[in-house]
Amino acid sequence: MTEITLVEAIDLALGHEMARDPTVVLLGEDIGVNGGVFRATNGLQARFGRERVIDAPLAEAGIAGAAIGMAAMGLKPVAEIQFSGFIYPAIDQMINHASRLRHRTCGRLTCPMVLRSPCGAGIHAPEHHSESPEAMFAHIPGLRVVMPSTPARAYGLLLAAIRDPDPVVFLEPTRLYRLFREEVVDDGEALPLDACFVSREGRDATVVTWGASHAEVMNAAETLTNRSVEIEVVDLATLKPYDSETILKSVEKTGRCVIVHEAPRTAGLGAEIAAEVAERALYSLLAPVTRVTGYDVVVPLSRLEKQYMPSVERIVGAVLKSMEAA
Amino acid sequence: MGVDFHIDYLQLLSPSGQLSDAAGEIARDAELLVWFHRAMTRARLFDAKAIALQRTGQLGTFASALGQEAIGVGVATAMERDDLLVPSYRDHAAQFIRGVTMTEILLYWGGDERGSDFASARADFPICVPVGTQVAHAVGAAYAFKLRKEERVAVSFIGDGGTGNGGFYEALNMAGAWRVPVVVVVNNNGWAISTPRALGSAAETLAQKAIAAGIEGLQVDGNDVLAVHQATHKAIEKARDGGGPTLIEALSYRLGDHTTADDATRYRDPEIVRAEWVREPVGRLRTLLVARGFWSKEQETALLKDCGEEVDRAVASYLATAAPSCDSMFDNLFATLPASMLRQRDEARHYAPTPGGRHD
Repeated sequence: MTEITLVEAIDLALGHEMARDPTVVLLGEDIGVNGGVFRATNGLQARFGRERVIDAPLAEAGIAGAAIGMAAMGLKPVAEIQFSGFIYPAIDQMINHASRLRHRTCGRLTCPMVLRSPCGAGIHAPEHHSESPEAMFAHIPGLRVVMPSTPARAYGLLLAAIRDPDPVVFLEPTRLYRLFREEVVDDGEALPLDACFVSREGRDATVVTWGASHAEVMNAAETLTNRSVEIEVVDLATLKPYDSETILKSVEKTGRCVIVHEAPRTAGLGAEIAAEVAERALYSLLAPVTRVTGYDVVVPLSRLEKQYMPSVERIVGAVLKSMEAA
Repeated sequence: MGVDFHIDYLQLLSPSGQLSDAAGEIARDAELLVWFHRAMTRARLFDAKAIALQRTGQLGTFASALGQEAIGVGVATAMERDDLLVPSYRDHAAQFIRGVTMTEILLYWGGDERGSDFASARADFPICVPVGTQVAHAVGAAYAFKLRKEERVAVSFIGDGGTGNGGFYEALNMAGAWRVPVVVVVNNNGWAISTPRALGSAAETLAQKAIAAGIEGLQVDGNDVLAVHQATHKAIEKARDGGGPTLIEALSYRLGDHTTADDATRYRDPEIVRAEWVREPVGRLRTLLVARGFWSKEQETALLKDCGEEVDRAVASYLATAAPSCDSMFDNLFATLPASMLRQRDEARHYAPTPGGRHD
C-alpha cells in the first residue's frame, strides 16, 4: 500500500471518478498541462484529454457559471478555483444560481457540480492566497460545504461530492496538501457527506475542528495527554449541512466543548456549533463552550500568519481553562 | 450596417536596434534614452536579486518582470507625478519610477504589509493580486479626477490573462460610458501562468477589446521602450485633455516563470524562450545607444556597479527590518479598533512569540 499526500489523494479521486464516469469534466485555470498550480490535477489532461480537462480563461465567475450550465445539461463538472482569494467572483453564481437551480425549477433542472478551492494560511503564500471562506458558503441555503483534514478523508469525501446530486463547495487546506502522508486505498469508496469523524476518543473534553486546524488539535491532544487530559477530537469535515448528533453525543459524554477553526471568529461556524450545543446539550456542560479561532482581522501576510492561525499552545490553553471550570 | 475596425501597431525601435523615422524627437534626446536604459537595468538587476532571495528562503513568492521592463519604464515615464498608478503585481519597474522603493517591494513580497505603505507615491494603489479587479479602481479614481476637474490621469496595468476576466470588461465598459481620464495598459507577455495567449482568447488582438467598449485601442511593441513611452504619453495627454480612455496592448514576452512558485518547464519549451531573447528590450536599446555614441562600455560597467549597489542597499535595509508586531494585525483594520476587539488583541499579545527571528 502506498502512502500519499492530501493533494495526491485529490488527484487520485479525480482520476478514479473520471475513469468511472464519462460525464465528469474538470475546468479551471492551469489545470491541464501544468496539472494545477498545486498539482491537484497532475497528469489528468494527458489521461483524459483536453475536452474533459479544460484549461479555462482567467475568469472565476465564468468558470462557476459555465459549470452550472454543464451540470444542468448532464455533465458532472468539477471546477477548480486557483487560490482562495480568487473565489469571490464565483460567489454570485453559487448564491444566485448553483444553490437554487433545483428549488426554483421545482426539481426540473439540477446542479450536480463541485467547486474545488484551496483555502487557509500557513504556506507563506502571497496576499489573497490564505483566506478561509467556509462560513460564507455555509451561510448559503442549498449548498453543501466540505473540508477534508486527511488524505483518506479527502479521497472519500471528494468522490462523495462529485457523486452528490447537488452543488458542493469543496475546500482544501493548502497547509495540509503536503504536510503528511497516509495510506489511501483507491477503491472508489465514497465517505458520507452527513457524518463527522471522531478522530480520537477522550473522556475529558470535546474539541470540534476541521481542515488544517485538525492537525494542531491532534498535536494538542498529545500535549494534553502528558497533562492527564484526554480530549475527544471531532473532525466536522462536512461543514454544511453538518452532523450535530455526533458532536452532541460527544459533549454529553465529556461535558466540555472547545471549537477550533482558522477562519475569523465573529459569525464563524464555531458560533453556529456553540449555539447548537447550548440549545441542545446545555445541561450536560460542565464549563462554558469556548472558541479558538483566527482573529477578526484580514488574514495577515506571511510574516504574521503563524500568530493568526490557532496554535497548539492556544488550543491547549483553551482546553485547560475549560478543565478548570467545575 | 457593419462596422470595420483597425488596430494600429507601433514599433519605433526594431529588435536589432534600428530606429524608425516615426521616432521623432524622442530619438534625439540622449538624456531620456540613457534614463530609459538606467531604469530598465535597475529593474532587471532588482528582479534577479529578488529571485535569488526567494531561492535562499529570504523572500516569499515573487513575480518577476524579466523581459517586460520596457512596459513599466515606458509607461511610468509618460506619467506626471500627480497622475495615479493602479498596478497589477508585475509592475515594479513602473513603481520604482513612481517613487516606490526597492525595500518596499521586497517587504511586500517578504510578507510584510508595510511594503504597501509607500513613503513616496502616497496616492498610488498597492500591488493588486486578484486578477482584473484593479482596472475598475482606476476607472473610479479617474471619475473622481474628472468630477473635481483635476488634470490627473489614472493608469492601470493588467496582464493578457486578465483581459479574459469579467472585471476587466466591466471596467473598460464603464471607462467608455463615463469617458473618464484613464489609460489601461495590457502587458501581453504571452502567458497566463501555463495558458498561452491563444488559448485565453480567440480575439486576434487584445487591443480590439477596446472597440466594444467604445474607446480607442492600439498595440505597441512592448519590448520597445520608445514605442511604449510615445504611445502612452499620447494616450495620457489625450485623456488629460478630455479625449477619453485608451487601451494599449503592449506585446512582450515572459522570459521567466510566472512567479517563483511556478516551473514553466512543465508547459513551455525552453527553446522557444531562448529564441525570444532576441526581442528583449534592454539589449535592444543599448544597441541604439552605443550606435548613436550615447553610451560606452565604461558607462555600462559603471551603471551595473551603481545599480548593483543600490539593490544591495535595499536588500540590506529589507533584511534589517524588524518583524512586524502582532498588534499590526489589528492596526488600521478600522479607523478606530472597535472595543469589542480588544480582547482578541490581548489574546494575540499573550501568545505572541518574543520578538526575534525573521522567518520563523
